[in-house]
Amino acid sequence: MTDTLDTTPDAFQARLQAFEGRPVGPPTVAPDEVNQAMIRHWVEAMGDENPVYLDEEAARANGFPGVVAPATMLQAWVMRGLRASLEADRARAEGSTADPTAYDELFLLLDGAGFTSVVATNCDQDYRRPLVLGDRLTATAVIEAVSAQKQTGLGDGHFVTTRLDFTDAAGAEVATMRFRILRFKPKPVTAEAPPAGTDAPRPRRPRPALTEDIAFFFEGAKEGKLLIQRCASCGKLRHPPLPACPHCRSFDWDTVESTGRGTVFSFVVTHYPQVPGFDYPLPIAVVELEEGTRIVAGLTGIDVGAIEIGMAVEVELVAVDEDLTLPMFRPAGPAATGAR
Amino acid sequence: MAFPTATRTVAEVTVGEVLPELAVPVTRTLIVSGAIASRDYQDVHHDHELAADRGSPDIFMNILTTNGLVGRYVTDWAGPGAVIEAVSIRLGAPNYPGETMTLTGTVTAVGPARDRSDGRGVVEISVRGSNPLGDHVTGTVRVALPTGEGT
Repeated sequence: MTDTLDTTPDAFQARLQAFEGRPVGPPTVAPDEVNQAMIRHWVEAMGDENPVYLDEEAARANGFPGVVAPATMLQAWVMRGLRASLEADRARAEGSTADPTAYDELFLLLDGAGFTSVVATNCDQDYRRPLVLGDRLTATAVIEAVSAQKQTGLGDGHFVTTRLDFTDAAGAEVATMRFRILRFKPKPVTAEAPPAGTDAPRPRRPRPALTEDIAFFFEGAKEGKLLIQRCASCGKLRHPPLPACPHCRSFDWDTVESTGRGTVFSFVVTHYPQVPGFDYPLPIAVVELEEGTRIVAGLTGIDVGAIEIGMAVEVELVAVDEDLTLPMFRPAGPAATGAR
Repeated sequence: MAFPTATRTVAEVTVGEVLPELAVPVTRTLIVSGAIASRDYQDVHHDHELAADRGSPDIFMNILTTNGLVGRYVTDWAGPGAVIEAVSIRLGAPNYPGETMTLTGTVTAVGPARDRSDGRGVVEISVRGSNPLGDHVTGTVRVALPTGEGT
Protein backbone atom coordinates (compact mmCIF):
# COMPACT_ATOMS: atom_id res chain seq x y z
CA MET A 1 0.00 0.00 0.00
CA THR A 2 1.50 3.28 -1.09
CA ASP A 3 -1.08 5.82 0.02
CA THR A 4 -0.38 7.97 3.04
CA LEU A 5 -2.77 7.17 5.81
CA ASP A 6 -4.23 9.07 8.66
CA THR A 7 -3.52 6.52 11.39
CA THR A 8 -5.59 7.98 14.23
CA PRO A 9 -8.09 5.48 15.71
CA ASP A 10 -11.06 7.49 14.42
CA ALA A 11 -9.68 7.59 10.91
CA PHE A 12 -8.92 3.86 11.02
CA GLN A 13 -12.44 3.10 12.20
CA ALA A 14 -13.85 5.28 9.43
CA ARG A 15 -11.86 3.30 6.87
CA LEU A 16 -13.20 0.05 8.33
CA GLN A 17 -16.78 1.31 8.35
CA ALA A 18 -16.50 2.27 4.72
CA PHE A 19 -16.69 -1.47 3.99
CA GLU A 20 -20.16 -1.74 5.52
CA GLY A 21 -22.71 -2.49 2.84
CA ARG A 22 -20.11 -3.53 0.26
CA PRO A 23 -20.73 -6.84 -1.51
CA VAL A 24 -17.98 -9.35 -0.73
CA GLY A 25 -17.77 -10.23 -4.40
CA PRO A 26 -20.01 -11.28 -7.27
CA PRO A 27 -22.89 -13.63 -6.31
CA THR A 28 -21.90 -17.28 -5.87
CA VAL A 29 -23.91 -19.72 -7.96
CA ALA A 30 -23.96 -23.19 -6.38
CA PRO A 31 -21.83 -25.53 -8.51
CA ASP A 32 -24.45 -28.27 -8.14
CA GLU A 33 -28.16 -28.55 -7.60
CA VAL A 34 -29.37 -29.83 -4.24
CA ASN A 35 -28.66 -33.52 -4.78
CA GLN A 36 -28.98 -36.87 -3.11
CA ALA A 37 -25.27 -37.76 -3.16
CA MET A 38 -24.13 -34.71 -1.18
CA ILE A 39 -27.04 -35.12 1.24
CA ARG A 40 -26.02 -38.74 1.81
CA HIS A 41 -22.41 -37.76 2.58
CA TRP A 42 -23.70 -35.16 5.05
CA VAL A 43 -26.21 -37.30 6.97
CA GLU A 44 -23.72 -40.18 7.20
CA ALA A 45 -21.07 -37.85 8.64
CA MET A 46 -23.53 -36.34 11.14
CA GLY A 47 -25.01 -39.70 12.10
CA ASP A 48 -28.43 -38.27 11.22
CA GLU A 49 -31.02 -41.04 10.72
CA ASN A 50 -33.96 -38.85 9.74
CA PRO A 51 -35.52 -40.71 6.75
CA VAL A 52 -36.86 -37.55 5.06
CA TYR A 53 -33.34 -36.81 3.76
CA LEU A 54 -33.02 -40.07 1.80
CA ASP A 55 -36.43 -41.66 1.32
CA GLU A 56 -38.97 -40.08 -1.04
CA GLU A 57 -41.91 -41.96 0.47
CA ALA A 58 -40.99 -41.05 4.05
CA ALA A 59 -40.55 -37.42 3.02
CA ARG A 60 -44.01 -37.27 1.43
CA ALA A 61 -45.58 -39.08 4.40
CA ASN A 62 -44.19 -36.34 6.64
CA GLY A 63 -45.62 -33.48 4.63
CA PHE A 64 -42.69 -32.60 2.35
CA PRO A 65 -42.99 -32.38 -1.44
CA GLY A 66 -40.15 -34.91 -1.76
CA VAL A 67 -36.70 -35.63 -0.33
CA VAL A 68 -35.42 -32.54 1.48
CA ALA A 69 -31.93 -31.42 2.41
CA PRO A 70 -31.00 -30.98 6.09
CA ALA A 71 -31.65 -27.30 6.82
CA THR A 72 -28.23 -26.78 8.39
CA MET A 73 -26.56 -27.98 5.18
CA LEU A 74 -27.41 -24.55 3.68
CA GLN A 75 -23.88 -23.19 3.35
CA ALA A 76 -22.47 -26.45 1.96
CA TRP A 77 -24.31 -25.84 -1.34
CA VAL A 78 -22.23 -22.75 -2.12
CA MET A 79 -18.84 -23.74 -0.66
CA ARG A 80 -16.01 -23.18 -3.13
CA GLY A 81 -14.58 -26.70 -2.79
CA LEU A 82 -11.10 -28.13 -2.99
CA ARG A 83 -9.74 -26.75 -6.25
CA ALA A 84 -10.59 -23.12 -5.46
CA SER A 85 -9.25 -23.54 -1.92
CA LEU A 86 -5.91 -24.75 -3.25
CA GLU A 87 -5.75 -21.96 -5.82
CA ALA A 88 -6.49 -19.36 -3.14
CA ASP A 89 -3.78 -20.82 -0.89
CA ARG A 90 -1.30 -20.70 -3.77
CA ALA A 91 -2.20 -17.12 -4.66
CA ARG A 92 -1.79 -16.03 -1.04
CA ALA A 93 1.58 -17.80 -0.78
CA GLU A 94 2.74 -15.98 -3.92
CA GLY A 95 1.30 -12.72 -2.62
CA SER A 96 -0.73 -12.24 -5.78
CA THR A 97 -4.41 -11.82 -5.23
CA ALA A 98 -5.34 -11.22 -8.84
CA ASP A 99 -8.89 -10.08 -8.30
CA PRO A 100 -9.18 -8.76 -4.74
CA THR A 101 -12.63 -8.90 -3.16
CA ALA A 102 -13.89 -6.46 -0.53
CA TYR A 103 -12.92 -9.14 1.99
CA ASP A 104 -9.35 -9.23 0.71
CA GLU A 105 -9.10 -5.45 1.02
CA LEU A 106 -10.67 -5.36 4.49
CA PHE A 107 -8.45 -8.15 5.81
CA LEU A 108 -5.36 -6.51 4.33
CA LEU A 109 -6.27 -3.34 6.21
CA LEU A 110 -6.82 -5.26 9.47
CA ASP A 111 -3.64 -7.32 8.97
CA GLY A 112 -1.66 -4.12 8.50
CA ALA A 113 -2.94 -2.81 11.85
CA GLY A 114 -1.93 -6.03 13.63
CA PHE A 115 -5.33 -7.74 13.72
CA THR A 116 -3.90 -10.86 12.14
CA SER A 117 -5.71 -13.67 13.97
CA VAL A 118 -9.22 -14.81 13.21
CA VAL A 119 -11.88 -16.77 15.04
CA ALA A 120 -15.52 -17.40 14.10
CA THR A 121 -17.88 -16.38 16.90
CA ASN A 122 -21.49 -16.55 15.66
CA CYS A 123 -23.58 -18.06 12.90
CA ASP A 124 -27.30 -17.37 12.49
CA GLN A 125 -29.31 -19.08 9.77
CA ASP A 126 -32.99 -18.46 8.92
CA TYR A 127 -34.70 -20.82 6.51
CA ARG A 128 -37.81 -19.76 4.55
CA ARG A 129 -38.53 -23.24 3.21
CA PRO A 130 -36.92 -26.68 3.11
CA LEU A 131 -34.65 -27.21 0.10
CA VAL A 132 -35.64 -30.05 -2.22
CA LEU A 133 -33.72 -32.10 -4.77
CA GLY A 134 -33.09 -29.97 -7.85
CA ASP A 135 -33.00 -26.58 -6.10
CA ARG A 136 -30.17 -24.41 -7.42
CA LEU A 137 -28.99 -21.76 -4.98
CA THR A 138 -27.30 -18.43 -5.50
CA ALA A 139 -25.68 -16.64 -2.54
CA THR A 140 -25.02 -12.92 -2.34
CA ALA A 141 -22.68 -11.86 0.46
CA VAL A 142 -22.48 -8.37 1.89
CA ILE A 143 -20.22 -7.02 4.64
CA GLU A 144 -22.91 -5.87 7.03
CA ALA A 145 -20.94 -4.44 9.93
CA VAL A 146 -17.40 -3.82 11.15
CA SER A 147 -17.37 -3.08 14.87
CA ALA A 148 -15.29 -0.52 16.72
CA GLN A 149 -12.27 -1.97 18.47
CA LYS A 150 -13.36 -4.23 21.34
CA GLN A 151 -11.48 -5.82 24.19
CA THR A 152 -12.02 -9.58 24.22
CA GLY A 153 -10.62 -12.54 26.11
CA LEU A 154 -8.46 -13.34 23.10
CA GLY A 155 -7.14 -9.82 22.59
CA ASP A 156 -8.29 -6.51 21.14
CA GLY A 157 -10.09 -6.82 17.86
CA HIS A 158 -12.87 -5.96 15.45
CA PHE A 159 -15.97 -8.06 14.80
CA VAL A 160 -16.88 -8.41 11.13
CA THR A 161 -20.47 -9.44 10.35
CA THR A 162 -21.31 -10.80 6.90
CA ARG A 163 -24.82 -11.42 5.60
CA LEU A 164 -25.55 -13.99 2.91
CA ASP A 165 -28.86 -14.02 1.06
CA PHE A 166 -29.74 -17.31 -0.62
CA THR A 167 -32.15 -17.34 -3.57
CA ASP A 168 -33.51 -20.19 -5.66
CA ALA A 169 -33.57 -20.50 -9.45
CA ALA A 170 -36.72 -18.35 -9.58
CA GLY A 171 -34.97 -15.59 -7.62
CA ALA A 172 -37.09 -16.16 -4.50
CA GLU A 173 -35.36 -15.85 -1.14
CA VAL A 174 -34.98 -19.28 0.53
CA ALA A 175 -32.66 -18.46 3.43
CA THR A 176 -30.45 -15.84 5.02
CA MET A 177 -27.33 -16.31 7.05
CA ARG A 178 -25.24 -13.99 9.19
CA PHE A 179 -21.86 -14.96 10.43
CA ARG A 180 -19.53 -13.05 12.60
CA ILE A 181 -15.80 -13.36 12.95
CA LEU A 182 -13.37 -11.63 15.27
CA ARG A 183 -10.10 -10.34 13.77
CA PHE A 184 -7.80 -9.76 16.74
CA LYS A 185 -4.28 -9.00 17.92
CA PRO A 186 -3.21 -12.06 19.89
CA LYS A 187 -2.63 -11.12 23.53
CA PRO A 188 1.01 -11.05 24.52
CA VAL A 189 1.83 -13.82 26.98
CA THR A 190 1.98 -12.25 30.44
CA ALA A 191 4.98 -12.83 32.68
CA GLU A 192 3.09 -13.16 35.95
CA ALA A 193 2.73 -16.53 37.69
CA PRO A 194 4.18 -18.86 35.06
CA PRO A 195 1.91 -21.91 34.81
CA ALA A 196 3.23 -25.39 35.48
CA GLY A 197 5.18 -26.79 32.58
CA THR A 198 6.86 -23.55 31.53
CA ASP A 199 10.59 -22.99 31.60
CA ALA A 200 10.47 -20.29 34.29
CA PRO A 201 12.41 -21.50 37.36
CA ARG A 202 10.06 -22.69 40.04
CA PRO A 203 10.88 -21.50 43.58
CA ARG A 204 12.41 -24.34 45.61
CA ARG A 205 10.95 -25.66 48.80
CA PRO A 206 12.65 -24.64 52.06
CA ARG A 207 15.62 -26.89 52.94
CA PRO A 208 15.46 -29.01 56.10
CA ALA A 209 18.11 -28.15 58.73
CA LEU A 210 20.13 -31.36 58.70
CA THR A 211 21.64 -32.48 62.01
CA GLU A 212 23.39 -35.69 63.01
CA ASP A 213 20.13 -36.90 64.50
CA ILE A 214 17.89 -36.48 61.45
CA ALA A 215 20.18 -36.69 58.40
CA PHE A 216 19.46 -40.44 58.08
CA PHE A 217 15.81 -39.72 57.32
CA PHE A 218 16.50 -37.52 54.28
CA GLU A 219 19.41 -39.66 53.08
CA GLY A 220 17.15 -42.72 53.28
CA ALA A 221 14.44 -40.91 51.32
CA LYS A 222 16.95 -40.14 48.55
CA GLU A 223 17.68 -43.87 48.36
CA GLY A 224 13.97 -44.64 48.14
CA LYS A 225 13.52 -45.76 51.74
CA LEU A 226 11.25 -44.51 54.48
CA LEU A 227 13.47 -44.97 57.57
CA ILE A 228 12.19 -44.76 61.15
CA GLN A 229 14.41 -44.29 64.18
CA ARG A 230 14.47 -47.21 66.66
CA CYS A 231 15.89 -47.31 70.17
CA ALA A 232 18.75 -49.83 70.26
CA SER A 233 18.09 -50.57 73.95
CA CYS A 234 14.31 -51.00 74.28
CA GLY A 235 13.45 -51.38 70.60
CA LYS A 236 10.68 -48.73 70.53
CA LEU A 237 10.19 -46.66 67.38
CA ARG A 238 10.17 -42.86 67.48
CA HIS A 239 9.42 -40.12 64.99
CA PRO A 240 10.34 -37.30 64.52
CA PRO A 241 13.92 -38.27 65.33
CA LEU A 242 15.32 -37.40 68.77
CA PRO A 243 18.80 -37.79 70.31
CA ALA A 244 17.55 -39.95 73.20
CA CYS A 245 14.78 -42.50 73.70
CA PRO A 246 11.85 -40.90 75.57
CA HIS A 247 11.05 -44.29 77.13
CA CYS A 248 14.39 -45.66 78.38
CA ARG A 249 16.64 -42.59 77.86
CA SER A 250 19.18 -44.53 75.88
CA PHE A 251 21.29 -42.58 73.36
CA ASP A 252 21.80 -45.67 71.22
CA TRP A 253 19.64 -45.99 68.17
CA ASP A 254 19.42 -47.53 64.73
CA THR A 255 16.72 -47.46 62.01
CA VAL A 256 14.17 -49.75 60.43
CA GLU A 257 12.75 -49.45 56.92
CA SER A 258 9.01 -48.94 57.01
CA THR A 259 6.71 -50.87 54.67
CA GLY A 260 5.33 -47.43 53.82
CA ARG A 261 1.78 -48.60 54.42
CA GLY A 262 -0.49 -46.83 56.84
CA THR A 263 -3.75 -45.00 57.39
CA VAL A 264 -4.70 -41.32 57.59
CA PHE A 265 -4.92 -40.51 61.33
CA SER A 266 -5.74 -36.82 60.73
CA PHE A 267 -5.26 -34.23 58.00
CA VAL A 268 -5.53 -30.57 57.04
CA VAL A 269 -5.84 -28.89 53.62
CA THR A 270 -3.97 -25.60 53.48
CA HIS A 271 -5.26 -22.92 51.12
CA TYR A 272 -3.64 -19.83 52.58
CA PRO A 273 -1.11 -18.39 53.16
CA GLN A 274 0.68 -19.77 50.11
CA VAL A 275 4.39 -20.41 50.44
CA PRO A 276 6.40 -20.44 47.19
CA GLY A 277 7.45 -23.91 46.10
CA PHE A 278 4.23 -25.66 47.12
CA ASP A 279 1.09 -26.39 45.13
CA TYR A 280 -2.26 -25.37 46.60
CA PRO A 281 -4.62 -26.56 47.93
CA LEU A 282 -1.96 -28.40 49.95
CA PRO A 283 -3.09 -31.54 51.81
CA ILE A 284 -0.98 -32.60 54.81
CA ALA A 285 -1.72 -35.68 56.90
CA VAL A 286 -0.67 -37.42 60.07
CA VAL A 287 -0.20 -40.97 58.83
CA GLU A 288 -0.23 -43.89 61.24
CA LEU A 289 2.28 -46.37 59.86
CA GLU A 290 1.83 -50.14 60.07
CA GLU A 291 4.85 -50.21 62.41
CA GLY A 292 2.87 -48.20 64.96
CA THR A 293 4.47 -44.77 64.80
CA ARG A 294 3.05 -41.69 63.15
CA ILE A 295 4.55 -39.34 60.60
CA VAL A 296 3.53 -35.94 59.23
CA ALA A 297 3.74 -35.83 55.43
CA GLY A 298 2.14 -34.36 52.32
CA LEU A 299 -0.53 -36.28 50.43
CA THR A 300 -0.25 -36.71 46.67
CA GLY A 301 -2.30 -38.19 43.86
CA ILE A 302 -5.65 -37.46 45.48
CA ASP A 303 -8.45 -34.95 45.08
CA VAL A 304 -8.47 -32.96 48.34
CA GLY A 305 -12.22 -33.47 48.63
CA ALA A 306 -11.75 -37.24 48.70
CA ILE A 307 -9.41 -37.44 51.72
CA GLU A 308 -10.91 -39.29 54.68
CA ILE A 309 -9.66 -40.19 58.13
CA GLY A 310 -8.86 -43.89 58.24
CA MET A 311 -8.21 -44.25 54.51
CA ALA A 312 -5.37 -46.57 53.53
CA VAL A 313 -2.32 -44.85 52.09
CA GLU A 314 1.14 -45.86 50.93
CA VAL A 315 4.37 -43.97 50.71
CA GLU A 316 5.80 -42.46 47.55
CA LEU A 317 9.29 -40.99 47.68
CA VAL A 318 8.93 -37.77 45.70
CA ALA A 319 12.03 -35.99 44.37
CA VAL A 320 10.76 -32.41 44.77
CA ASP A 321 13.99 -31.07 43.25
CA GLU A 322 17.46 -32.35 42.37
CA ASP A 323 18.70 -32.57 45.97
CA LEU A 324 15.57 -33.03 48.08
CA THR A 325 13.42 -36.17 48.22
CA LEU A 326 10.47 -36.33 50.59
CA PRO A 327 8.21 -39.16 51.63
CA MET A 328 4.62 -38.38 50.64
CA PHE A 329 1.56 -40.59 50.78
CA ARG A 330 -0.99 -41.54 48.16
CA PRO A 331 -4.17 -43.62 48.36
CA ALA A 332 -3.24 -47.30 48.57
CA GLY A 333 -4.13 -49.08 45.36
CA PRO A 334 -5.31 -52.69 45.21
CA ALA A 335 -1.74 -53.64 44.22
CA ALA A 336 -0.13 -51.65 47.06
CA THR A 337 3.36 -52.98 47.66
CA GLY A 338 4.74 -50.56 50.24
CA ALA A 339 8.06 -48.75 50.05
CA ARG A 340 10.37 -49.68 47.25
CA MET B 1 -31.85 -44.34 20.51
CA ALA B 2 -33.77 -45.09 17.34
CA PHE B 3 -35.01 -42.17 15.28
CA PRO B 4 -38.65 -41.45 16.21
CA THR B 5 -41.31 -42.49 13.68
CA ALA B 6 -43.85 -39.90 14.83
CA THR B 7 -43.43 -36.13 14.87
CA ARG B 8 -43.90 -34.36 18.16
CA THR B 9 -46.78 -31.89 18.18
CA VAL B 10 -46.85 -28.44 19.73
CA ALA B 11 -49.59 -29.66 22.11
CA GLU B 12 -47.17 -32.27 23.50
CA VAL B 13 -44.41 -29.76 24.25
CA THR B 14 -44.13 -27.62 27.38
CA VAL B 15 -41.79 -24.75 28.19
CA GLY B 16 -39.02 -26.02 30.42
CA GLU B 17 -39.10 -29.50 28.91
CA VAL B 18 -35.62 -30.99 28.80
CA LEU B 19 -34.43 -32.85 25.70
CA PRO B 20 -32.56 -36.14 26.16
CA GLU B 21 -28.78 -35.64 26.22
CA LEU B 22 -26.74 -36.67 23.20
CA ALA B 23 -23.09 -37.58 23.71
CA VAL B 24 -21.13 -37.11 20.47
CA PRO B 25 -17.67 -38.71 20.46
CA VAL B 26 -15.48 -36.21 18.59
CA THR B 27 -13.39 -38.55 16.49
CA ARG B 28 -10.97 -37.64 13.69
CA THR B 29 -13.38 -39.45 11.39
CA LEU B 30 -16.26 -37.18 12.45
CA ILE B 31 -14.18 -33.99 12.07
CA VAL B 32 -12.81 -34.98 8.64
CA SER B 33 -16.01 -36.48 7.24
CA GLY B 34 -18.01 -33.47 8.44
CA ALA B 35 -15.56 -31.04 6.84
CA ILE B 36 -15.52 -32.91 3.53
CA ALA B 37 -19.32 -33.39 3.47
CA SER B 38 -19.59 -29.61 3.84
CA ARG B 39 -16.93 -29.01 1.13
CA ASP B 40 -14.76 -27.21 3.66
CA TYR B 41 -11.16 -28.02 2.73
CA GLN B 42 -9.37 -25.71 5.18
CA ASP B 43 -6.33 -27.66 6.34
CA VAL B 44 -7.07 -27.12 10.06
CA HIS B 45 -10.02 -29.50 9.69
CA HIS B 46 -8.12 -32.45 8.20
CA ASP B 47 -4.32 -32.06 8.36
CA HIS B 48 -2.76 -32.45 11.80
CA GLU B 49 0.70 -31.18 10.79
CA LEU B 50 -0.59 -28.02 9.12
CA ALA B 51 -2.99 -27.38 12.02
CA ALA B 52 0.03 -27.61 14.36
CA ASP B 53 1.96 -25.17 12.12
CA ARG B 54 -0.86 -22.69 12.66
CA GLY B 55 -0.57 -23.03 16.42
CA SER B 56 -3.50 -25.37 16.99
CA PRO B 57 -2.82 -28.46 19.13
CA ASP B 58 -4.74 -30.63 16.66
CA ILE B 59 -7.33 -30.52 13.90
CA PHE B 60 -10.72 -29.22 15.07
CA MET B 61 -14.38 -29.38 14.02
CA ASN B 62 -15.63 -26.85 11.45
CA ILE B 63 -18.68 -24.67 12.05
CA LEU B 64 -20.83 -26.40 9.42
CA THR B 65 -20.45 -29.72 11.26
CA THR B 66 -21.38 -28.03 14.53
CA ASN B 67 -24.49 -26.64 12.81
CA GLY B 68 -25.29 -30.07 11.41
CA LEU B 69 -25.02 -31.75 14.82
CA VAL B 70 -27.15 -29.07 16.50
CA GLY B 71 -29.83 -29.51 13.82
CA ARG B 72 -29.70 -33.28 14.12
CA TYR B 73 -29.96 -33.05 17.93
CA VAL B 74 -33.24 -31.17 17.66
CA THR B 75 -34.81 -33.30 14.89
CA ASP B 76 -33.77 -36.51 16.73
CA TRP B 77 -36.14 -35.28 19.43
CA ALA B 78 -38.78 -33.54 17.28
CA GLY B 79 -39.23 -36.28 14.67
CA PRO B 80 -39.27 -36.62 10.88
CA GLY B 81 -41.98 -34.02 10.13
CA ALA B 82 -40.23 -31.20 12.03
CA VAL B 83 -39.21 -28.20 9.94
CA ILE B 84 -36.22 -26.26 11.24
CA GLU B 85 -36.85 -22.54 10.75
CA ALA B 86 -33.73 -21.05 12.31
CA VAL B 87 -30.46 -22.02 13.95
CA SER B 88 -28.51 -19.37 15.80
CA ILE B 89 -25.25 -20.42 17.41
CA ARG B 90 -22.41 -18.88 19.33
CA LEU B 91 -19.07 -20.66 19.24
CA GLY B 92 -16.67 -21.22 22.13
CA ALA B 93 -14.15 -23.94 22.96
CA PRO B 94 -12.94 -25.92 19.92
CA ASN B 95 -13.92 -29.57 19.43
CA TYR B 96 -10.63 -31.51 19.26
CA PRO B 97 -10.38 -35.25 18.53
CA GLY B 98 -10.63 -37.56 21.51
CA GLU B 99 -13.11 -35.44 23.45
CA THR B 100 -16.84 -36.02 23.82
CA MET B 101 -19.28 -33.20 23.16
CA THR B 102 -22.45 -33.53 25.19
CA LEU B 103 -25.50 -31.81 23.71
CA THR B 104 -28.27 -30.69 26.05
CA GLY B 105 -31.41 -28.71 25.31
CA THR B 106 -34.39 -27.07 26.97
CA VAL B 107 -37.62 -25.79 25.43
CA THR B 108 -37.73 -22.03 25.99
CA ALA B 109 -40.87 -21.03 24.06
CA VAL B 110 -43.95 -22.66 22.55
CA GLY B 111 -46.37 -20.67 20.45
CA PRO B 112 -48.33 -20.17 17.28
CA ALA B 113 -46.38 -19.47 14.13
CA ARG B 114 -46.35 -15.87 12.99
CA ASP B 115 -46.05 -16.26 9.27
CA ARG B 116 -46.84 -19.88 8.39
CA SER B 117 -49.79 -20.97 6.31
CA ASP B 118 -49.48 -24.71 7.01
CA GLY B 119 -51.16 -24.78 10.41
CA ARG B 120 -47.99 -25.43 12.34
CA GLY B 121 -46.86 -23.96 15.63
CA VAL B 122 -43.35 -23.03 16.61
CA VAL B 123 -41.10 -24.29 19.40
CA GLU B 124 -37.86 -22.66 20.48
CA ILE B 125 -35.12 -24.75 22.04
CA SER B 126 -32.02 -23.52 23.80
CA VAL B 127 -29.11 -25.86 23.00
CA ARG B 128 -25.69 -26.25 24.59
CA GLY B 129 -22.85 -28.51 23.46
CA SER B 130 -20.01 -28.79 25.94
CA ASN B 131 -16.69 -30.63 25.99
CA PRO B 132 -14.05 -30.82 28.74
CA LEU B 133 -12.67 -27.41 27.63
CA GLY B 134 -16.03 -25.67 28.13
CA ASP B 135 -18.97 -24.77 25.94
CA HIS B 136 -18.22 -25.55 22.31
CA VAL B 137 -21.56 -24.16 21.18
CA THR B 138 -24.55 -22.41 22.72
CA GLY B 139 -27.54 -21.37 20.72
CA THR B 140 -31.19 -21.44 19.85
CA VAL B 141 -33.10 -23.58 17.35
CA ARG B 142 -36.60 -22.65 16.16
CA VAL B 143 -38.59 -25.56 14.79
CA ALA B 144 -42.10 -25.71 13.30
CA LEU B 145 -44.26 -28.64 14.44
CA PRO B 146 -47.83 -29.73 13.78
CA THR B 147 -50.16 -28.13 16.36
CA GLY B 148 -51.66 -31.45 17.46
CA GLU B 149 -55.06 -29.86 17.93
CA GLY B 150 -57.93 -31.94 16.49
CA THR B 151 -59.30 -30.37 13.32
